[in-house]
Amino acid sequence: MGMGKRLSLIIKSKANKLLDKHEDPRETLDYSYEKQLELLTQVRRGVADVATSRKRLEIQIQQLQTSADKLQAQAQQAVAAGKDDLAREALTRRAAANAQIADLQSQHTDLQAQEAKLIDASQKLQTKVDAFRTRKETIKATYTAAEAESKIGEAVSGISEEMGDVGLAMQRAEDKTQQMQARAGAVDELLASGALEDATSIGGPKDDIQAQLDSLSAGNDVDAELAALKAGKSPDAIASAPAPASEEKQS
Amino acid sequence: MIVRILGEGQLELPDDSLDDLNVLDVALEEACETGEHDAFAAALTAMLSRVRELGKPVADDYLGPSDLVLPSADASLAEVSALLTEEGLIPG
Repeated sequence: MGMGKRLSLIIKSKANKLLDKHEDPRETLDYSYEKQLELLTQVRRGVADVATSRKRLEIQIQQLQTSADKLQAQAQQAVAAGKDDLAREALTRRAAANAQIADLQSQHTDLQAQEAKLIDASQKLQTKVDAFRTRKETIKATYTAAEAESKIGEAVSGISEEMGDVGLAMQRAEDKTQQMQARAGAVDELLASGALEDATSIGGPKDDIQAQLDSLSAGNDVDAELAALKAGKSPDAIASAPAPASEEKQS
Repeated sequence: MIVRILGEGQLELPDDSLDDLNVLDVALEEACETGEHDAFAAALTAMLSRVRELGKPVADDYLGPSDLVLPSADASLAEVSALLTEEGLIPG
């Protein structure tokens, strides 16, 4: 038996379970319709969940990008100060941040695709549910219980198959969202640990690279003042003369 | 003949395309049973492109079951295997 047939049988056996539930076949119609409405609600909730996860990823990508930019600037600053080891450290961390960004971006693309699929599935399901309601009312109004039975079969198994398909799409989106949330938690922790922290934020804690750069600049200022003193200039002259290190500090 | 691609919807195909699809279906099933990921992906892609080529989408408000159901294009071998064993269906 082929794969397509086997998958069809799986979905049909689910539909038959739904059909066998009631004595009066017309009750099956109402029961099935009720299930369809429940599923529609679930799918809409699923779409909202995926969108929330997607937005969280976007915020994280933004945060990591800020860190990467900052580390790049720090590396340049360190090179200007002649501190290659510090520059190397900054670049290493920037590479780590960039790797995270690339990873999150591919997950973001993935989530967007899931979201689009779910939206499409919910629209299709809505159309089918509407069609089913119309068919249901016609069958109930026109046919006796015995006659309705055969008419109901096709409508219910058709919509059940759609429900099975939508259910699978939802399951998939949920799995992806859960994986993503675990991942997002790890990235939040990484950001909170300060490993990629934004040291330039006002009032924020300074990271070690920034601290070393600052002490370098301060050291340069002191060296400049010392050199000026040795050259026999007065402290006033030193204060008004532009310190060579202060330019570096700006860069 | 109505064929559903999971996650995409139903397509109507001429009945005489069954022989054509059977050849591809055999390849797909073999790949699924031997567990070869690359062969599976290739067979699935071949199958789905053929179905899309031969079929035309049915109306969204159509309410009928499909004769065949195929996995979605990005389904992994593991996902399809899980589907097939889910109901304890005897392969054959």
